[in-house]
Amino acid sequence: MPSDVNKGVAPSSKPKFWNDPDKRALLFQILMILTVLGFFAYIISNALHNLETRGITTGFDFLSQSAGFEILLHLIPFDATFSFGRTFVVGLLNTLLVSFLGVILATMLGFIMGIARLSDNWLIRKVATAYIEIFRNIPLLLQILFWYVAVLQPLPMPRQSIEFGAAFLNNRGLYLPAPVFESGFSVVLIALAAAIAATVMLVRWNRKRQDATGQRFPVVWTSIGLLFGLPLLAYLLAGSPVSWDYPALTGFNFKGGATVIPELMALLIALSVYTGTFIAEIVRSGILAVSSGQSEAAQALGLSKNRTLSLIIVPQAMRVIIPPLTSQYLNLIKNSSLATAIGYPDLVSVFMGTTLNQTGQAIEIIFMTMAVYLTINLIVSMLMNIYNKRMALVER
Amino acid sequence: MIINDTKLPDLPPPASTSGVIGWLRINLFSTPFYSVLTLVVGYLLWSTLIPAFQWIFIDSDWVGDSRDACTSGGACWVFITVRLDQFIYGFYPESEYWRINILFGMLALLIAALIYEGTPKRGLIAAFTLVIFPIIAFYLLYGGSFGLMLVETHKWGGLSLTLVLALVGIVASLPFGVLLALGRRSQMSVVRSFCTVFIEMWRGVPLITILFMASVMLPLFTPEEIDFDKLLRALIGITLFQSAYMAEVIRGGLQAIPKGQFEAADALGLSYWKKMGLIVLPQALKIMIPGIVNTFIALFKDTSLVLIIGLFDLLAIVQAALSDPKWLGYSIEGYAFVAFVFWVFCFSMSRYSQYLELKLHTGHGAR
Repeated sequence: MPSDVNKGVAPSSKPKFWNDPDKRALLFQILMILTVLGFFAYIISNALHNLETRGITTGFDFLSQSAGFEILLHLIPFDATFSFGRTFVVGLLNTLLVSFLGVILATMLGFIMGIARLSDNWLIRKVATAYIEIFRNIPLLLQILFWYVAVLQPLPMPRQSIEFGAAFLNNRGLYLPAPVFESGFSVVLIALAAAIAATVMLVRWNRKRQDATGQRFPVVWTSIGLLFGLPLLAYLLAGSPVSWDYPALTGFNFKGGATVIPELMALLIALSVYTGTFIAEIVRSGILAVSSGQSEAAQALGLSKNRTLSLIIVPQAMRVIIPPLTSQYLNLIKNSSLATAIGYPDLVSVFMGTTLNQTGQAIEIIFMTMAVYLTINLIVSMLMNIYNKRMALVER
Repeated sequence: MIINDTKLPDLPPPASTSGVIGWLRINLFSTPFYSVLTLVVGYLLWSTLIPAFQWIFIDSDWVGDSRDACTSGGACWVFITVRLDQFIYGFYPESEYWRINILFGMLALLIAALIYEGTPKRGLIAAFTLVIFPIIAFYLLYGGSFGLMLVETHKWGGLSLTLVLALVGIVASLPFGVLLALGRRSQMSVVRSFCTVFIEMWRGVPLITILFMASVMLPLFTPEEIDFDKLLRALIGITLFQSAYMAEVIRGGLQAIPKGQFEAADALGLSYWKKMGLIVLPQALKIMIPGIVNTFIALFKDTSLVLIIGLFDLLAIVQAALSDPKWLGYSIEGYAFVAFVFWVFCFSMSRYSQYLELKLHTGHGAR
């Protein structure tokens, strides 16, 4: 028998501090903070030294210097005399423009293809499957370059433009007639606002009535009638206060109307086609996630096929669809930065590209650009969380 | 009274529900709306696919050594066949092509062995592929020792560079991803918040900004004496980006492990690292494989972004070849080739991951 068993000293109730998980954790965390701080101190001192030897002054003073370059597309007034700070805003707005349009187009395409993939029609199903399997397995950058270099650039010169009614397509872009609003147009806007307010009230009233009596009012058709009819009526009563500015060929190019530059078109097509494949898969899995018992129960209650879809399937499917859909939207916004490959003047291209090259303020510019994307990300995820809380199943 | 004991033979089903006509009726013309849709879509497909097929296969030219060989009006695949070596090996010296061939041959064998379920000792092979093979690959590709000629990284390019970027990205991000995922689930608040911030920061910004950062800011952050080459900078950026995504995949896997496993390991008195290394991670890694394959597909497509910081991966090298004055005007052929190569890789990987998901779902009662 080992002798030390009986040797008497009761084991100390206090373990050595390296055996105490709490103290060890504390020590480890302090060490980690020190390491991280040390790492940052090291790279910052390196950066300061390197900047000094290269003669770059840090700080955000460059934002007020004049830019000295033109930007292809600007939603707010801009020319070479404006400041570098203005280039940041112009780039940001262009990013938001292409993201906004891309989100709308990708959602439409994705929902159509996702539903088509579940269609009873063999041909439609196969076409949707082929679309999804082909386009999601090809890099987005390649698709952007393909549309820009291989499709839009070889289009004919302005003189030989392809005509679609009053619109013209050539290698300088798509020229559309632009509406010109005349003085009486505010009446139409007021009518539209009134129609929206009426629709909201109608929906609320219908919900209350349905809760009380179980009867439903054809809300969808009346709202569509209100939303389109009321502005149309106002438009006609005010004597059609909109005229159209048609693009016309003068000299070597078109003048007038609205222009969609080919860079924007290529980026938009590629982004929505690529993201649409992912959205289609999300929609399909969302619809499949609603168990077949739900639609059978709806049938047993005697609901029509459309009612089953709009009252039973879609609300439940949306709960599954929305979270991954949002992350696809975020991906689309981030992917819009690939614009820089074809020269669409988005934030990365204008600010991180041209402005960085002109000023050399790498650290400030890269941090500002990253901060923009991070902020967009945070805002969208916050909205997402709010939505999720509202939509979450109330479990009893 | 007439009694017929013999059963009359079954009548065949009505012609409208069986055979070709039945199939057409059920699948293509079930309602008037579907009939119209079928006809419209069918017409559109007919009028685009037939010319496309003709352009790609029938009217195309495959052999030759200059654009003069392209006379038949269809696709000019001569553009691809003439430059195929460059598209695959980049600017790697021609006498050293065998090194790339051996390397990717080896890799193909290893992957085949890993995919085939009957291979003995798959765990060992996986460890070899993840730990020892990258070292071999580095010496084989870069050279400079063992009597191999040194090939500097700016000569790497084409498909082989694409594969190098994607594979290094995935292999290097795996350990970081595991650490970050464990950190995000840690009890220690400092570790947890640090890992969360790190992951969310890299996931919140586009890969391009990270590549820009790696190529512009990294030289500022390091002492002047250290000079990273362009490829290494891109790889650092890709690894940072990828490890954040990897961490989220691994976290998903960790969350799928039942709590009882953790508690049982604690009850046995295992330390944290033993608990994770022996009990949790082996189970989690198995169910994470489809997720890892999916992030690998995303990474594989994303490697094409290095074009923007001036590396010559498959897409960039084809893009450069398109501006060769001798071959102007063959952009569709060039992009179609790149698209085809990427598609073959990504499609087969996504099929593999779907197959794995199906396989893993059966036999798990929990789902």
